[in-house]
Formats: sequence, C-alpha cells, structure tokens
Amino acid sequence: MQEEFNEIFIKYHEIITIGVYGTAIGLILIGLYAVLMKKNLVKIVIGLSIMDAGIHLLFVGIGYIQNGTAPIFSPGYENAGERMVDPVPQALVLTAIIIGFAITAVALSLIIRLYKHHHTAKIDQIKSLKW
Amino acid sequence: MIFIILLIIMAVLLLAAAVYSIVHRDLLFAVMGTGIVSVVLSLFFYLLQAPDVALTEAAIGIALTTIIFIITIRNTTRDEDEIIDKENEKL
Repeated sequence: MQEEFNEIFIKYHEIITIGVYGTAIGLILIGLYAVLMKKNLVKIVIGLSIMDAGIHLLFVGIGYIQNGTAPIFSPGYENAGERMVDPVPQALVLTAIIIGFAITAVALSLIIRLYKHHHTAKIDQIKSLKW
Repeated sequence: MIFIILLIIMAVLLLAAAVYSIVHRDLLFAVMGTGIVSVVLSLFFYLLQAPDVALTEAAIGIALTTIIFIITIRNTTRDEDEIIDKENEKL
C-alpha cells in the first residue's frame, strides 16, 4: 500500500516537472519563431517578451521541490527550512522581470523614432542605414 | 490531483495565448494576448511557491508592459501588414 502510494507520488512529480519544463521550452520556442520570422517590429518585441516569460518560468521551475513551501519564515513555519523551495532562482527572476520591462520600453521607444522617420514599422521596407 | 489538473489547464492556456499573440494580425489583440500570458504566468509562479515573483509579474507584466505597448501602437500602426492604415490614409 505504501509502495503503491510512493510510486503514484513519484509519477505525479514527474508529470509536474515535465509539464512545467515543457511549457517553458514551448514559450521560448514560440518567442524565437516570432523574433526570427516576423517582419513587423512590434511583433518582434512581443516575441522577445514571450521568450522572456518562458525563461522566467524555466528558472522558477528549476528551484521548485515537491510539496515545498514559500521561502519566507512566517509564524508557524519557523522550522520549515528543509521544505522550502530554492530562493536563489526566485531572486534572479525578480530582477530579470524588471530588466525585461526596461528592455521592452527602450525597444518600443526606438520603434516610435524609426516610424516617425521612415513612416513604416516593417523591417524589410527600412533600407537606409543612417537615420 | 487537483494541482496537476490545474497545472495542465494553465499550461494549455499559456501556450494558446502565446500562439494567439504571435499569429493575430491586429496588434492590439496581440498585446491583449501577452496580457493573458502574464496573468497565467503569475498564477504559475504562485503555484510554484514564489509569491513575491507572482506579485511583481502581475504588476509589471499585466499593467505596465501593456500600457507601453498600447502607447507604441497609438504612435505607429495597428495593422501588422500596414494595409488597413494606408487605405485609411487615402480616404
């Protein structure tokens, strides 16, 4: 009985791991397709932000452990240090979200400048190098 | 068990919203797709025991990124292939 329960438990853990990693890698591939194949500059920035989201999900998924608690010492969880998920990837992702927002803002402001000069936002119609 | 069902539904929704925001020709709808991606992603972070990351993703991904994308679309074109906008300029 106990062994069967353990087997089911391990199977669930594998399903969760494969699901999270597969979703993250799928998001990265969708974003990469948009960055490589799309002609419109706003669509390229959308693809970059989706790729960013996939990388964040991959990092948080690496730090997750089965039946873990959030890495916060709150009342009632003073001795939960062994059951906590890894806080280092979470801190990295927290910084990466802010940096991703800043990159998106700079890229979009450059797109507005390009559009005001060339009257188009498609990269195959912008021929001149100097603007 | 409920956790796994919720996780699979959210994974399908996340990938579907990402594909929608890439495929759709109207850029405003595409930006709404990235907003849905951010909502589901913050739920994902909450289920993976990262509440601080979930709060940051909710604030920045849903509100601020959508706002700056909409400002850009207002200053440039709304159609991806720029066909509709040029017809409007002729009219």
